[in-house]
Amino acid sequence: MSVQNETDSGIGHPPLTEAMVWDAEEARRARARQIEAVARWLVPVLVVFLTLFIWDRFVVVNEIPHFILPSPGRIWQQLVADRALLGASLIITLRITLMALAVAVVGGVILAILFTQSRFAELVFFPYAVILQVTPIVSIAPLIFIYVQDATARVLICAWIVAFFPILSNTTLGLKSVDHNLRDLFTIYGANRWQRLIHLQLPSALPYFLGGLRIAGGLALIGAIVAEYVVGSGGAGSGLAFRILEASYRLNIPRMFAALTLIAVVGVTIFALTGLLSHLLLRKWHESAIRREA
Amino acid sequence: MSEIHHRTTLPIDQRPRVLEMLGIDKVFNGNVTALKGMNLRVNEGDFISLLGPSGCGKSTALRLISGLMSPTTGRILWEGGKSRGDIGVVFQEPTLMPWATVARNVYLPFRLRGQSYASVRDEIHEALDLVGLAKFPDAYPRELSGGMKMRVSIARALVTNPRLILMDEPFGALDEITRQKLNNDLLRLKAEIGCTVIFVTHSVFESVFLSDRIVVMAARPGRVVEELQIDEPYPRDLAFRTSPEYAAYSQKVSAALMTAMGELV
Repeated sequence: MSVQNETDSGIGHPPLTEAMVWDAEEARRARARQIEAVARWLVPVLVVFLTLFIWDRFVVVNEIPHFILPSPGRIWQQLVADRALLGASLIITLRITLMALAVAVVGGVILAILFTQSRFAELVFFPYAVILQVTPIVSIAPLIFIYVQDATARVLICAWIVAFFPILSNTTLGLKSVDHNLRDLFTIYGANRWQRLIHLQLPSALPYFLGGLRIAGGLALIGAIVAEYVVGSGGAGSGLAFRILEASYRLNIPRMFAALTLIAVVGVTIFALTGLLSHLLLRKWHESAIRREA
Repeated sequence: MSEIHHRTTLPIDQRPRVLEMLGIDKVFNGNVTALKGMNLRVNEGDFISLLGPSGCGKSTALRLISGLMSPTTGRILWEGGKSRGDIGVVFQEPTLMPWATVARNVYLPFRLRGQSYASVRDEIHEALDLVGLAKFPDAYPRELSGGMKMRVSIARALVTNPRLILMDEPFGALDEITRQKLNNDLLRLKAEIGCTVIFVTHSVFESVFLSDRIVVMAARPGRVVEELQIDEPYPRDLAFRTSPEYAAYSQKVSAALMTAMGELV
């Protein structure tokens, strides 16, 4: 039996090569694809540069003093001048953020597995997860600072509380969203609970988990920054948020902007990396990662 | 290492028994009778169609045989012991794992038994070859057409060389051309490996073309009303589809179905 003569035996899309561009219509489409591939990167970059240019002109033309609104160039100079100080703070904030994210991933996934394996565990723990999620971290943080002495641990706990919920709720949803026919199939083939988890539930939950990870990455950074703000004091845990506070007390506006820029860069990097991870893991099979031609 | 076993099919009255359903009732929620007093003997090499309108309990019967449900009353006897043993299943949807390649999907029943991929590679490739997908072991399901996905599903059902294959309206969601092609291929497969099949359908023509026994069922309550034999040797081909015998069988089965449904009015 051959499949060639089946009505719709389309298998993937072969990579586009010169030899395959056989007519004008095809060539036009190939060109459109190339333009889109470039524009996808070029347009956002151009928009950023345009914004910086307008900002710069606005400051220069209106002769705004740098202690009110520094120009992008002035911020860059500050960044270079303060690179040792801000670099050290960046590493502290980055470390807290990544540790919080790691603990959120481990804790969120383990709790999600526990929830789907045991209805009882879900009934017991889910209210706490929700309470932690809906109570603003700013209001919990002062209590945590009373009870927890270690400066790093305090901030880490705050960042973790903010970051873990999207992982937990998304992964739980994913573990429960198994195709019911596949579930029946596993039952018929006599799969045990462990095989069902490893070979069916975890792969089904992967896209959901990755969606949660993208949200949690941003939230971990927010949690770390908010926690530092609430601490308010310098010394041991002086991350980027503390530098912003400190600079504002000294009316060092360019340094505030420089620290802010670093925070934004960290946020964008986390977003890009989690997006890349998601793409790499799902591109072969999941609808969200498949590019369709219009 | 045993590859897919090719059985020879005996004449219908000499076939050994695979299973027997004895006085099966299935009642849902204490008051909805899905199936009433079903008796069915399945023999080695049978191709049995369960044919009837929706609500006649044909899918319920399949779920009972597959062990996904237990009967409210009655028993299912399996030849050679209590256990149901090795069966293959094909659902209406292809039901493939989208994250796994074609070969890995076909490997699933072995994997769940704890057998390594390397030890069953030959069986997997033979099964893919049988359904015409020998060239696509590394493709992902999303790259395949509906018909090809269904072939993967069939390969997975027969790869362990099961004593019984259950098919629950497997081609119902496919277009007519693909459906006919898969019907032909299924019969060729049956002739080649002599598997035992219970096939649920609501198409008279499909059931006549494929089966050597047709169990006509009626709804409210779901029950068997008639059992018909199609005495036409396999393999069957296009010539059978256009023969007067085919037309006569179709008419007979349609009439049985009409009588079954007429009891409703």
